[in-house]
Amino acid sequence: MDLATVANDVKRSDLLQMYYYLRLTRALEDRITNLYRQGRIVGGVYTSHGMEAIAVGYASALEPDDVVAPFHRDMGAFLIRGFTPGEIIAQYLGKRTGPTKGKDGNVHMGDLKRGMIGFVSHLADNMPVAAGAALAFKIRGESRVAFAGTGDGGTSRGDFHEAMNFAAARKLPVVYFCTNNQYAYSTPLRYQMAITDVVDRAKAYGMPGEIVDGNDVAAVYVASKRAIAKARAGEGPTFLEFKTMRMHGHSEHDAAKYVPRELIDEWKAKDPILKAEQLLKRLGHGDESYFLEVGERTKKEIEAGTEFAEESPLPEGKEVLEGVFATEEESRQ
Amino acid sequence: MTTATVSKEVTYLEAISQALDEEMSRDERVFLMGEDIGIYGGAFRITEGFLQKFGEWRVLDTPLSESGFVGAAIGAAMMGLRPVVEMQFADFISCAFDQITEVAAKNHYRWGAAVPLVIRAPFGGGVHGGPFHSECPEGWFFHSPGLKIVAPSTPYDAKGLLISAIRDPNPVLYFEHKFLYRRIKAALPEGDWVVPIGKADVKRTGSDISVITYGAMVHVALEAAEVLAKDGIELEVMDLRSLMPLDKEAIFESVCKTSKAIVLHEDNKTGGVGAEIAALLSEECFNHLDGPILRVAAPDTPVPFSTPLEEYFLPKATDVVAAAKKLAAY
Repeated sequence: MDLATVANDVKRSDLLQMYYYLRLTRALEDRITNLYRQGRIVGGVYTSHGMEAIAVGYASALEPDDVVAPFHRDMGAFLIRGFTPGEIIAQYLGKRTGPTKGKDGNVHMGDLKRGMIGFVSHLADNMPVAAGAALAFKIRGESRVAFAGTGDGGTSRGDFHEAMNFAAARKLPVVYFCTNNQYAYSTPLRYQMAITDVVDRAKAYGMPGEIVDGNDVAAVYVASKRAIAKARAGEGPTFLEFKTMRMHGHSEHDAAKYVPRELIDEWKAKDPILKAEQLLKRLGHGDESYFLEVGERTKKEIEAGTEFAEESPLPEGKEVLEGVFATEEESRQ
Repeated sequence: MTTATVSKEVTYLEAISQALDEEMSRDERVFLMGEDIGIYGGAFRITEGFLQKFGEWRVLDTPLSESGFVGAAIGAAMMGLRPVVEMQFADFISCAFDQITEVAAKNHYRWGAAVPLVIRAPFGGGVHGGPFHSECPEGWFFHSPGLKIVAPSTPYDAKGLLISAIRDPNPVLYFEHKFLYRRIKAALPEGDWVVPIGKADVKRTGSDISVITYGAMVHVALEAAEVLAKDGIELEVMDLRSLMPLDKEAIFESVCKTSKAIVLHEDNKTGGVGAEIAALLSEECFNHLDGPILRVAAPDTPVPFSTPLEEYFLPKATDVVAAAKKLAAY
């Protein structure tokens, strides 16, 4: 994104805050990856490494009353909407202090009070759910927006189609996005679809679409803000394709040998943190010593979060039986 | 019955319609979604006139998109509304299977999000519907923790259970039997009353054999009971009304009394609700049993179209009579 546009459309304080969340996300997921390698986290670990700008950018563009149905590589959105590193690490460790109290692991967490819809592994399942949240806002005449997405692979599923179609037909206040990181597990985009730009799918629904550089946090922020404003104004949904590259395996157990080395090298040069630092320098908003200071600050937060999570209790086995059904009191909240 | 005032007789179908109308009038959070429910008033005319009365944002004609509109209903429910979605036929619920079992059923357990959602599903055979308009798919969901399942057999239960389902904070699958829509009538009490979810109802008391059943088969069991009474065999007909949660106490109480049990359902025999009830009885009532637990159910085939095939397929009063006579010999 060109300098003049950023200077014009993005406040300095917002940019600095987004930079902080990029660093916090990276530090948190690096710690989670380490804990996994040490065998202290079991199960799957799916990171947003090298793609942090997407969730940080769009979540920074939303209002507190809006809701998000994230993709599984959107850690930054959880942090921005108030999930602490401590409770997130607790979630990965299966502790009772995590948002799911050990009932589910890793990024499968949510909290309606903080406007985060719990992720479902069946990709694109939450896209119709987000349409329904937007429908509720429309029925009640509220000025709220739902923001939901999936990956390039997820756009092949029927629920993606059903959600896009319904949201467009009813002009619902929702913004849909696709994190096109070029691989769905090991399957490259060319085996996923006959088109090269996922955004082309939007045309069939009569929905406007836009391709966005997913590694440029300012670009993600500006495009998201625009789409959110449109949805809020009653002008219906928009589809955003965030182009990026998955820099790690599908999960941390996966060495991703099926990805050509050159592709990884090419995208390393476009790392979102690097890009954000270049932007901040050019705008005169930050320098190396500032970046170091932010790095220290986020490191301390992750240390404190890890300590909290490790000291937290595990659930007792019998807690498995709790919570299958909601009580009347809960549904009134 | 909570009040002596009684309305004129209504059909099973009208009872469902009344429940929707009254709940929508009482609670503005309640709204409807489904195929052809607005402009057309529903394939079975249950929501006739609703669009005019409640407007297009409370009676939404959806695209042909069961997974999409169930997913959307889940989202609206989590935002505080009370959606009631209609499957045009219960058979089509398979298209929404993933949303129901993976999203609606697990959200509260996983991350504490209540999903107060009702899915109405017109089910069952006897109406020449063939393999795609006659199914009894309740067994698929009976095995998915987090869902409540009801299946009324009378206008009273149809209305009272639907109101309970709408007021319940959980996803409730409401299986309404198409064969009963216009075939049975009853006068219903006025005022605000419900039939609680999870409570079975003895539709006929008897001392010899318990027939545990639900849906249209309740009427088959009652017909068999009339025939058998002439031979001195007294059936107790237990209408489960709710499949999940199952009223285990009522089932055990009845079978401990009669010592003999037939489980009757219209769903295919293998792996159906009846198999679970038979297993529960052998675990909990073994010492009281004087004979084998028998199942009367549809064979393990799709529901066929041609009249003699469908007649053969559906459990009948004669099947129940034969099973009861076999059991009476023990």
